[in-house]
Amino acid sequence: MLKQIEGSKAMAEAIALCRPEVICAYPITPQTHIVEGLGELVKDGHLTDCEYINVESEFAALSVAIGASAAGARAYTATASQGLLYMAEAVYNASGLGLPIVMTLGNRAIGAPINIWNDHSDAMSMRDAGWIQLFAETNQEAVDLHIQAFKLAEELSMPVMVCVDGFILTHAMERIDVPEQPQVDAWLPPYDPVQVLDPAEPISIGAMVGPEAFTEVRFLQHYKQTQALRLITDYARDFEKAFGRESGGLLRAYRVDDADVLVVAMGSVCGTIKDVIDEMRDEGIAIGLVTIVSYRPFPTDELRKMLAGAQDVVVVEKSIAVGVGGPLANNVDMALRNLPDAPRLHSAVAGLGGRPITKPSLHRLFRQASVQPWEGTHFLDLNERIVGREIHTTRKKRRSGPTAENLLRRLATEGDAR
Amino acid sequence: MSEARETLAPGEAVQRLKFYQKGTFTVGNRLVGEDERSVQASQDRSNALTCGHRACQGCGEALGARYAIDAAMRATGKDMIAVNATGCLEVFTTPYPETSWQLPWVHSLFGNAAAVATGVAAAMRVKNKRTRVVAQGGDGGTTDIGFQCLSGMFERNDDVLYICYDNEGYMNTGVQRSSATPPAARTATTPAVGDEPGNVFGTGKSVPKIAVAHNIPYVATATVADLHDLERKVTKAMSVHGARYIQINVPCPLGWGAASHDTIHLARLAVECGLYPIFEAEHGRITHVRKIRKQVPVTDYLKRQRRFAHLFKGDRPDPRVARLQAMCDANIADYGLVAGADEEV
Repeated sequence: MLKQIEGSKAMAEAIALCRPEVICAYPITPQTHIVEGLGELVKDGHLTDCEYINVESEFAALSVAIGASAAGARAYTATASQGLLYMAEAVYNASGLGLPIVMTLGNRAIGAPINIWNDHSDAMSMRDAGWIQLFAETNQEAVDLHIQAFKLAEELSMPVMVCVDGFILTHAMERIDVPEQPQVDAWLPPYDPVQVLDPAEPISIGAMVGPEAFTEVRFLQHYKQTQALRLITDYARDFEKAFGRESGGLLRAYRVDDADVLVVAMGSVCGTIKDVIDEMRDEGIAIGLVTIVSYRPFPTDELRKMLAGAQDVVVVEKSIAVGVGGPLANNVDMALRNLPDAPRLHSAVAGLGGRPITKPSLHRLFRQASVQPWEGTHFLDLNERIVGREIHTTRKKRRSGPTAENLLRRLATEGDAR
Repeated sequence: MSEARETLAPGEAVQRLKFYQKGTFTVGNRLVGEDERSVQASQDRSNALTCGHRACQGCGEALGARYAIDAAMRATGKDMIAVNATGCLEVFTTPYPETSWQLPWVHSLFGNAAAVATGVAAAMRVKNKRTRVVAQGGDGGTTDIGFQCLSGMFERNDDVLYICYDNEGYMNTGVQRSSATPPAARTATTPAVGDEPGNVFGTGKSVPKIAVAHNIPYVATATVADLHDLERKVTKAMSVHGARYIQINVPCPLGWGAASHDTIHLARLAVECGLYPIFEAEHGRITHVRKIRKQVPVTDYLKRQRRFAHLFKGDRPDPRVARLQAMCDANIADYGLVAGADEEV
């Protein structure tokens, strides 16, 4: 049914349609509206046969989900930013135990400095934790990815993280097609666990594993993620058949035919990038976009095929692996490795801590990539003036004070004269 | 695609215990009436923690765990799931491909056993199953790193019995101090060197008291030295729903520096000197206190353990022995542990 609805509310309704049996709720901006919405659906009787548990921390949220999942219940939780870090130990544990929990991540920056706005640092911090990570471009896709996530998780017995941009998606009111219950029931079978705590058939789960089998356990986790590459594609196709729209999949191409320049990005920023590409195409520039939906497993082969013909690849990402550069760019580099006549790779970090990624800035960036390529990581719209002054001060003065506060003071007194 | 499984009633998969008697009453209790016998004396006990585990000789925790889980399994008709925190008990019971557990058992992390148990209980409730849930861990996993999850489980009154096997330190990692380590005790992180060797006074916490402050339906302390009392408490705990907490004093021969044959003796002395009060509380009020049968000075307890040896080294008596005795005396007064003392409790 078409609704004019907040992204979080729509996601809550979609998750409820998947009939989760245990939901663990702990507030953290910008994810909170999702668990609030679910709480209401449980309390007002829309979502039945569901235990809604207000836990005392994110660590407990995922731990409760772990217990529920191991006992055979369909379990769901949501978090963001610091919350994901606080549950980090349980994030690895859930995947290591092979428990098909679905978790929404309302993507948000990680402190310090504390920042509630959107970027992808939180998702990146857990990129190697053994979860499937799917990035939604729109709220419609966020809704659809949750339905696909439960099926994917349970088929593979592996947890799935649905990553949605905080505020940009979670708090946006827009037109969303929320599926009907019979549609979802027909598409998503009940949870049939591969392992379950059952007194009639007692098993031990979570034993210590030494060097004799640890490598094999990890190999099988990796193997399952390579299987997920196929399943994600299959399920996206099935989903399109059943629900009548394209959502999910490993990656998506936009105006890539004969493109000299290909942009690679994830999440909601792809909307802005598409607008820029349309404008540049109108100007006769052969440019296109590859949207990565599945960041884990990373679609290396599919991406390589897609990028092979381009001269320049520009990766725009909302995270920075401090000391290395952009993590997505590094993964894209991996896809280009060993490619004969590989395109040049240009890495840009943008939108950190919620900084708007504007069309003019993207125009400049994409032009620069082919005419005046840069080395290393480019920070889009970096305020070089205040950064330069801070570096100068710290060189001159031993007790130069806290960096973040120094920058804010400069901005307040000297203005944002970039 | 779900293939037909052979379905068994809860507990049917558990092996029946065999007693190998050699003409003696080795299992005990055979002279008392049927209804007074302990669960441990019954051939029908589930032997939840069966032989073959890797616990040290004389391990109080292995004993406490089998006593407690056997009693819980009898109380629940073996329809039960156990959640285990990381620690000695987890490591020594599941050296895969072997497991000593005769019931469904899951280990997730060090600090989340209470929360995982909440999840299991929620799953049982939503599936309309009567299966009960017990979480268990050592004192480190309970009073320190698992404390937040424990308190959350308590305040939500989740239907979980949490059992803490208290051996007063991080024994699995090599005997470090926990918030349950008694003052003056030597551990690897409170070494017996310097002006005040051992653990400092004025630190630590009583999680049973904190549990009582959550007003949960049932809280008890117990000891491996009193099997009947322990089994009665576990049985009682399983007869009610909601959050329940039992903390069992389980001596650790390795960590305490004691003889492995002294485990029960030490557990008894800990109670009889007053250092480890044994009580029960319901809904925030203490309802029962186990009286001291034969009061002993704290030195009787301390002298049998190398972790307190530094207290008895010098020519003069260490004043900290008197402080430990004062703690015992305060417990005796506060809880009314000696008959004839304040009987209000």
